[in-house]
Amino acid sequence: MIHIKDLTKEYKSKKNTVIGVDHVNLDIKKGEVFGIVGYSGAGKSSLLRCINLLERPTSGQVEVNGSDLTKLNGKELRKARLKIGMIFQHFYLISQKTVAENIAFALKAASTPKEKIKSRVSELLEMVGLTDKRDVFPAQLSGGQKQRVGIARALANDPAVLLCDEATSALDPNTTLAILRLLKKINKELNITIVLITHEMNVVKEICDRMAVMQDGRIIEEGDVYDIFSKPQTELTKEFISSVVSFDVPKSILDACKGSVVKVLFRGDVAGEGVISDTIQLFEVSGNFLRGSIEYIQERPLGLFLMEIQGQPDNISRAITYMESRGAQVEVIENGL
Amino acid sequence: MGFDFQHMIELLPDITLAFNQTLYMIGIALSVSLIIGLPLGIILFTTDRGLFLENRFVKTTLGFIVNMVRSVPFIILLVALIPLTKLIVGSTIGPAAASVSLSVAAIPFFARIVETSLREIDKGVIEAAVAVGATPWMIIKDVLLPEAKSSIIQGITLTIISLVAYSAMAGVVGGGGIGDLAIRFGYYRYDNTIMIVTVVILIVLVQLIQLLGDWTSKAIDKR
Repeated sequence: MIHIKDLTKEYKSKKNTVIGVDHVNLDIKKGEVFGIVGYSGAGKSSLLRCINLLERPTSGQVEVNGSDLTKLNGKELRKARLKIGMIFQHFYLISQKTVAENIAFALKAASTPKEKIKSRVSELLEMVGLTDKRDVFPAQLSGGQKQRVGIARALANDPAVLLCDEATSALDPNTTLAILRLLKKINKELNITIVLITHEMNVVKEICDRMAVMQDGRIIEEGDVYDIFSKPQTELTKEFISSVVSFDVPKSILDACKGSVVKVLFRGDVAGEGVISDTIQLFEVSGNFLRGSIEYIQERPLGLFLMEIQGQPDNISRAITYMESRGAQVEVIENGL
Repeated sequence: MGFDFQHMIELLPDITLAFNQTLYMIGIALSVSLIIGLPLGIILFTTDRGLFLENRFVKTTLGFIVNMVRSVPFIILLVALIPLTKLIVGSTIGPAAASVSLSVAAIPFFARIVETSLREIDKGVIEAAVAVGATPWMIIKDVLLPEAKSSIIQGITLTIISLVAYSAMAGVVGGGGIGDLAIRFGYYRYDNTIMIVTVVILIVLVQLIQLLGDWTSKAIDKR
């Protein structure tokens, strides 16, 4: 659906050149929700804005829905943009137009006949749950409602792709969740490919199928969200994940541990608690949970536990080997031996 | 010499005529500056760097011309434009003649005001319209003008009031008007009655325009 080839975006000023996006290659499949994560300044926003050519790449190609956008002229590009919806962190609605007029604006851009605009606007308002706000001005809406109007506007011309530029970053946690659910619903029901950028790992965990992590304009890690959560490769990714799944334990508690402290991770199909109780019985060790949780990513459980294992040194290492043989990933944090 | 009520009554026809001349000159100059200055301001804004009609040549050329006209003192413009006035109006004196110079001065003034008003719009709103696939004309008509409407109305108020002030100099080319009356009678002839009456009229006029402008600008703003 979206093929980004060797894309570079440089920002030139008189004094120096700043590289926003650095030779990025990315393929996003039809119908998936793809998340790009990174701190501000990582280049994720530039990359996203290159997908609909709001920013023209310095070099490289952007192919969306089969056509290379960098080769289109003004008119063709406008036509291509009708099929690429975009929503923004600060919504960017026309403040002097009503909700219905804001949505109608997008329809007018596609030269939709007048008599069709009215019914289509009603349809879109129903989809985003704002039927009663039709003739209201944006100033009278809450943040979440404004974003719903933004979504309706973005979906007006049946796009194949929806780009989300930090779409939930200005919203409170509950509203964020509601908007994410709406996006997921749109993705499922209309089979629209969604690309979103965010600095909140929660967003990715909630709705993304695949993800990429960006740093200094480059993609440093990319893959299935579940895989990345269960086996992050880079320090930055681990840092992002720790914002959702934390393993921090007060130092005083760690210092008081006499045995080995291990981090145990169970992927979806492994029944974590069963393995742990088996281990404790088989190897005459005692287990003491310091921290743990089961996260659900793409509706699959991911068990993460930090525990102290006490017992004979031999038994401890055999216990660890046993847990690994049962499918757990074990990482020894502190060896108490 | 104090205020002489009888004297004022005597000169009432002159005052009325002058008032009408002022309205006439301002009316013409305002219409012309709206018709030409508004598009000019839009072009100045949309051809700027990073905007959807970015065009450095157009932007610099128009910017230069606008600055040039604005830097000429009005009284000099009034005289310098006599040939042009003759060409357009066929005469170089009278209110119609003065309107030409007033228009020429008001166009760049208003164009800059429009440009500034458009600059106040959140760039993101314009960008969202570009992302939607809207044509430049649609963005101008449905985004720029509605979003800047309130601020442009304040700008029109400002332009009218500046025109009132400029029109006082119209006497140089026999343009007449309230301001000219004040200068001729009040200033040259030490006629305090006329001086007071005309100044009061001007004060009331400016206050009314400002009030009306503020009210309209607020009434149409949906933010």
